[in-house]
Order: sequence, then structure tokens, then C-alpha cells
Amino acid sequence: MTAEPKEPLFSKKNMKLMKDPLIDNNPVAVQVLGICSALAVTAQLKPSVIMAVSVTVVIMFSNLIISMLRNFIPNSIRIIVELTIIATLVILVDQILKAYAFEMSKQLSVFVGLIITNCIVMGRAEAFAMGNKPWPSMLDGIGSGFGYGIIIIIVGAIREVTGAGTIWGKEIIPDFLINLGYVNNGLMVLPPGAFVIIGLLVWLQREITKKYEAH
Amino acid sequence: MDLFNLAIKSIFVENMVLAFFLGMCSYLAVSKKVETAIGLGLAVTFVQTITVPANWVIYNKFLNPNTNIWATDAAPGPDLTFLTFICFIAVIAAMVQLVEMVIEKVSATLYAALGIFLPLIAVNCAILGGSLFMKDREYTLSESVVFGFSSGIGWLLAIVAIAAIREKIRYSHVPNGLRGLGITFLITGLMAMAFMCFSGIKL
Repeated sequence: MTAEPKEPLFSKKNMKLMKDPLIDNNPVAVQVLGICSALAVTAQLKPSVIMAVSVTVVIMFSNLIISMLRNFIPNSIRIIVELTIIATLVILVDQILKAYAFEMSKQLSVFVGLIITNCIVMGRAEAFAMGNKPWPSMLDGIGSGFGYGIIIIIVGAIREVTGAGTIWGKEIIPDFLINLGYVNNGLMVLPPGAFVIIGLLVWLQREITKKYEAH
Repeated sequence: MDLFNLAIKSIFVENMVLAFFLGMCSYLAVSKKVETAIGLGLAVTFVQTITVPANWVIYNKFLNPNTNIWATDAAPGPDLTFLTFICFIAVIAAMVQLVEMVIEKVSATLYAALGIFLPLIAVNCAILGGSLFMKDREYTLSESVVFGFSSGIGWLLAIVAIAAIREKIRYSHVPNGLRGLGITFLITGLMAMAFMCFSGIKL
């Protein structure tokens, strides 16, 4: 849209906006945002993927719209304006899910609505879209959405395989293992499993980036 | 008695943080000290107790086609349920603002204690989540008051507990990579396991 004329659309700087949130500056693991809705839907892979896509779409368009309006939004009421834009987008996502994937929208229940208060969406709107041009804002939104998505898809996959022995609803544990006495770990599909797995993922991410926290 | 049961259930069994992962952002960010955790917990309980019934009125009197004020015995009123999210979030944002102004006028000490937390609460998922659960589970007005209050108390309980543990754990040797966020998640997992012992309790 309004990328700088001198700067190509996918310049290094813009690509960095998309790549950074994947590992180095992951919104869930580093910025501690958006965990609220991230864990509840990850008992299985399929809802996790749907949730990741929904959040990416919402964050992409909210960043784009807010960035386009950024010079017209009065500073004192910006939070409520941002919330209204985000809520409108979430209503659209919710209606589309209800129309085309009714079962899934029943399963996700309140957590589609909770995308509104997902701190990543709000946080990126506040921290990035309010101060940057639409195109970089949109890329930043896509990047943050992927960074969030990658975490919840990993958590969803691990929980489904270890907790229910299936992936995307298909049995993957071979029969001979079950005959040998293999049992699914039922704890994994329950809330504590999600907390432990995401804790371990955060550990892994810290060891990869070598950026440790003080106490 | 049913109401009491509902209260016990929403504090312990269906704890907002430990069973539904709601309000995790502020739970992780504001749980480094017990005092601030108590402050935020009280503010959440306060706002939750007000917004859930307020949203109940909005939802049942205006949005739900079967019970809204335009519905007659013969025909349901207009179906405005698609506006649910935007109405709820607007009510929450307005309520938080209102509560902040009232507290500021009425009690300076309470304002000093809760003031800084109130703006944070507008985007706390536990608040919106509470209202959405109220809608989904079709509570009555009195149930929604009890649910709002007790789910807030449950949230308070969880954040104060983790804050107390985190204050102590500062003296322990935690592996470098686990420090901060990682260990907090693992402890929360253990707490969630402990809270699962409450499931099935009925009085």
C-alpha cells in the first residue's frame, strides 16, 4: 500500500518484522502475551490450528486498520477505539466459523470471543501499529500471529499425541505398543499438562536464544 | 444451597486461571509480589462482580431474541446476539472507567491501592471470559451475581498463591533457562494438579 517508494515491499527490514517473532522475540514465550486463550484450546491439534489462523487473521487486519487510522485516533480514547476495531473483526471471524465450521465453533466456545482480549492483538496495536505505516504493521501482525500460532500448534500436537494417542483425530500409536501395555497419559489433555508443556517450551526457547531472565 | 454450590464450584473446581487459563497475562506479569497480587485480585473481583450481572441484563433484555424487551408471547424480538462481543467489551470498558471514577471520589485509600490496576483490567480475559461463560451457561440473574463474585475470588486465590511461591523461589537455584517465566509455568501446572483434587466436590 504505502510502502516507502525507495524501499522494496519485502526489504530486509520488513522481512525481519516477520521473522523476529518466530523464535527470537516470540510473543508467547518472550513477551508473555496472549497466553490467556492460547492454552485452553490446545488439547487437540485441530482447534489449535483453527485458533492460530483466526488470531493471525484478526491481528493482521487490526494492525492494518489501526495503522491506517493512526493519525485520526485521539490519544485519550485510543484504547476503546482499538477495542472496537478488534471486536468487530472478531465478530466477523466468529460468524464465519459459525457458518462454515459449526462443530468447531461449538468446541472453541467462548475462546473465539476471547481473541478480543488476547494481549497480543492489543499489544501489537499499541506498540507497533499506532506508530508505523500500514504495510510494515501488517507484516508485523502476520509475524506475531505466526509466532503465537507456532507455539499453540506445537503444544496442541504434543498434547494430542501424548494425551490421546491421536493426531488430527487419527490413531497413530501402533497396536503392538498398546499390546505391550502402552497407556495414554490422560493428564496431558487436562489443564496441568498444558502448563507443564509450555513451561518446558519456554525453557527450550531460552536455551536456544541464550537470553536468560533475572529472578 | 444451589448458589453456594455454584460459588464453591467456580472458586475451586472451575478456577478461572487453573482450569480455563483465563487472565494469564496479568497473572504472570503482576505476580512478583504478594501485595500487588492482592491489589489486582481485589480489583478483578470487584469489577467481575459488577460486570457479569450488568452484562446479564444487557444480554437478556436487549440481545437475546427470546427474552428481550421487544419479544412478545407470539413472536420473538429481533435477534441481536451477533452484537454480544462488542456490547460486552464496551460494558466492561465503561464499567472499569466508572468504577475508577467512583473509587477516586469515595475512598482515597482504596484508590491508592487499586487505582493503577483498574486500566489493566479492561483487557483482562478473565473479565470478558466470565461474561461469556455467563451467557453460554444460561445463568439466572442471582446465579450470575454469585458466579461473578466467586470466580473473581478464585482468580484472587490463584494469583496470591503464585505470588507467595514466587517470592520464596527467589532464594532457590533454578536452572538459568527456567528462571522467571518457565518455572512459573511449571509451578502453575503443579497448582492446577492440586486444584484438580477439588473436582467432584458437592455440598
